[in-house]
Amino acid sequence: MATLRHFWQFVTGSLRIVTTGNRFYWAWILGLMTLVVIGAITYVDQLRTGLITTNMRDQVSWAFYIGNFTFLVGVAAAAILLVIPAYVYHWKPIKEVVILGELLAIAAIVMCGLFVTVDVGRPDRLWHLIPGLGNLNVPSSLLAWDVVVLNGYLVLNFVIVTYLLFSLYRGRQPAKGVFLPLVLFSIPAAIAIHTVTAFLYNGLPARPFWNASILAPRFIASALCSGPAVLLILMQLLRRFTKFHIDDRAIWKVAELMAYAMFINLFLLGAEVFKDVYSNTEHMVHMRYMFFGIGEHTAIVPYMWLAVFCSFGAFILFLIPKTRRHPVTLNVGCVLIWIGVYLEKGMGLVIPGMTPDTLGEIYEYFPSSSELWIAAGIFAIGFLAFTLMVKVATPIMLGEFHLAGVEPINPHPEEHGAVHAH
Amino acid sequence: MSRTLPNRREFLCTVGGCAAAAAAAGCSDLTHTSWFRSRFREMPEAEKKTIIAELEKEHSARFQQPVTVGVEPPMENVEFGYALDISRCIGCRRCVHACVDENNQSREPQLQWIRVLEMDKEKGIDFAHADAYYDAESVPREGHFYLPVACQQCENPACVKSCPVGATWKEKDGIVVIDYDWCIGCRCCMSACPYGARHFNYAEPSIPTEKLNPKTHYLGNRPRMKGVVEKCTWCIQRTRKGRYPACVEVCPVGARKFGNLLDPESEVRYVLEHKRVFVLKSELNTRPKFFYFYGL
Repeated sequence: MATLRHFWQFVTGSLRIVTTGNRFYWAWILGLMTLVVIGAITYVDQLRTGLITTNMRDQVSWAFYIGNFTFLVGVAAAAILLVIPAYVYHWKPIKEVVILGELLAIAAIVMCGLFVTVDVGRPDRLWHLIPGLGNLNVPSSLLAWDVVVLNGYLVLNFVIVTYLLFSLYRGRQPAKGVFLPLVLFSIPAAIAIHTVTAFLYNGLPARPFWNASILAPRFIASALCSGPAVLLILMQLLRRFTKFHIDDRAIWKVAELMAYAMFINLFLLGAEVFKDVYSNTEHMVHMRYMFFGIGEHTAIVPYMWLAVFCSFGAFILFLIPKTRRHPVTLNVGCVLIWIGVYLEKGMGLVIPGMTPDTLGEIYEYFPSSSELWIAAGIFAIGFLAFTLMVKVATPIMLGEFHLAGVEPINPHPEEHGAVHAH
Repeated sequence: MSRTLPNRREFLCTVGGCAAAAAAAGCSDLTHTSWFRSRFREMPEAEKKTIIAELEKEHSARFQQPVTVGVEPPMENVEFGYALDISRCIGCRRCVHACVDENNQSREPQLQWIRVLEMDKEKGIDFAHADAYYDAESVPREGHFYLPVACQQCENPACVKSCPVGATWKEKDGIVVIDYDWCIGCRCCMSACPYGARHFNYAEPSIPTEKLNPKTHYLGNRPRMKGVVEKCTWCIQRTRKGRYPACVEVCPVGARKFGNLLDPESEVRYVLEHKRVFVLKSELNTRPKFFYFYGL
């Protein structure tokens, strides 16, 4: 009973925290809410009229929504993979890194679910996916597998983060025997969600652009760049605006690891380009569409080159110790990585894979304004969820928000949340 | 897990909020029946009866004429096969339009199950240089030949494998069908199909009242709704009653042959045994039962 009462206080206390903030906080929240409302209105219109409000057609039947979904699966996966270096390098307050990573993962998975929901023609029938009630087609359908692993991953992260935060809130050291196995399990789970998502494309021999065994490794490599990029920016914001202390060396270490990941990502991309270009079979047509366009069909070409330049530029910035340690170039690098991977996954994977279609027809796809607004709305929901969660989690980690009458577990304020790399 | 849950419908109805959820989904065509229902493949007979009755009532009212929705099962000892003579096909597209009329495809937006590809004789079968939108004064055009493509009714269908809810499956007579009321519209099957055979209803399909073919089959040409995938079923509503598909009947040059692969006397067996046949994209191991051949 006491636990339930404490949990209730935890919930009401959290509500108080998210409803107090300075002008910048409220401007940010209201800005996001505006986008959510616009997105929602646009989505209602899409529901009424059908997916004809998008620019998807039979020739390109998966596009922007599914691209965003794929990108965000990567973000969700990589947020957790940051836990590995935290262990390897014995960062002292590992729980803080874990918590931030899990929160990002939760926000990303929520966005994934929303992107799939807006993409399906009959969201009212999604209950057909529930085993027992509906008919989840496992083991043969990869999308069915994806539904399982993504929901499992969401629950897992939600449980871990709630447990950690609630323990800290009650002034108790989280029991290692409880959370460590869960955290360790979330690492293969993170790899699993991205692998299964890659297999969703990979397992389609009808689409030679995707039917390459390099796809899953490429997914993971690119995710290892984009996920940590978000966390790096977040860590800097936290230490700037809260009492959170995060050691520079920890940030540099993450940046260094991202440089390696980026190298592998670019290497794998190069390997794929080589195979297609040198063999020069009919399957080369997708790669050609992506980087050069076919005839007058060149809508995505500039974006693809932008992606290459951003990724390559970020790689150089993160490779050179001086630039990855400089606060300006470090953040420029993070943004470049984000743009590079976003374009590569959001546009560069799905659209060229479907252009030309299986019978050789070229339908030039570019997202409609309706798709862009709905996507913006979904990103706003994700950012909103992430902001609110971080807003609650930060004072808990700093020992500022705790159950009345208990001692916060970190007695020395200067050590709170300190992330040291050794 | 029991595949048939007789209490599924009751359960879902008691879950409540059916009206609320329907409103939230913003779908105007949700009836009680079409929403809380079993998958057709394992639907109890009683539910099947109710659903068919409701569908017939609904469509008859909408199209102002008696509409029947059949549920004919596969015939015994029948496995359908199709053969198309590309040396005879002249690219007139009569099959495309006969198919639209027979199978109640949407006129606005236009949806067609058959795509006729115009190809250069010099290049042979080469999808990269095919043109599905040729606009000719008269056909066949000099230097070209024509390759009509629709569902290949694969023995090993990639689409069926990919469906996350089992809304599409291969029937005993080899026809790959879709339960339009079970499809969630995720379009995995469209990504999986190597032949562009599957089509999605991006908007509410529209058929002028007088154009409706009122003789329909549940798994075939009954009117569809927006947000679901559809495809050629070899005119399941006709062929399961021993008739030819509409495209076979309409072809002015007799390029299309259809019959029972298990019957040694059938025309399609004759073609397989005496002509040089091939299937599209055989390297993908989908094993189509739609064969192309050179009859001349």
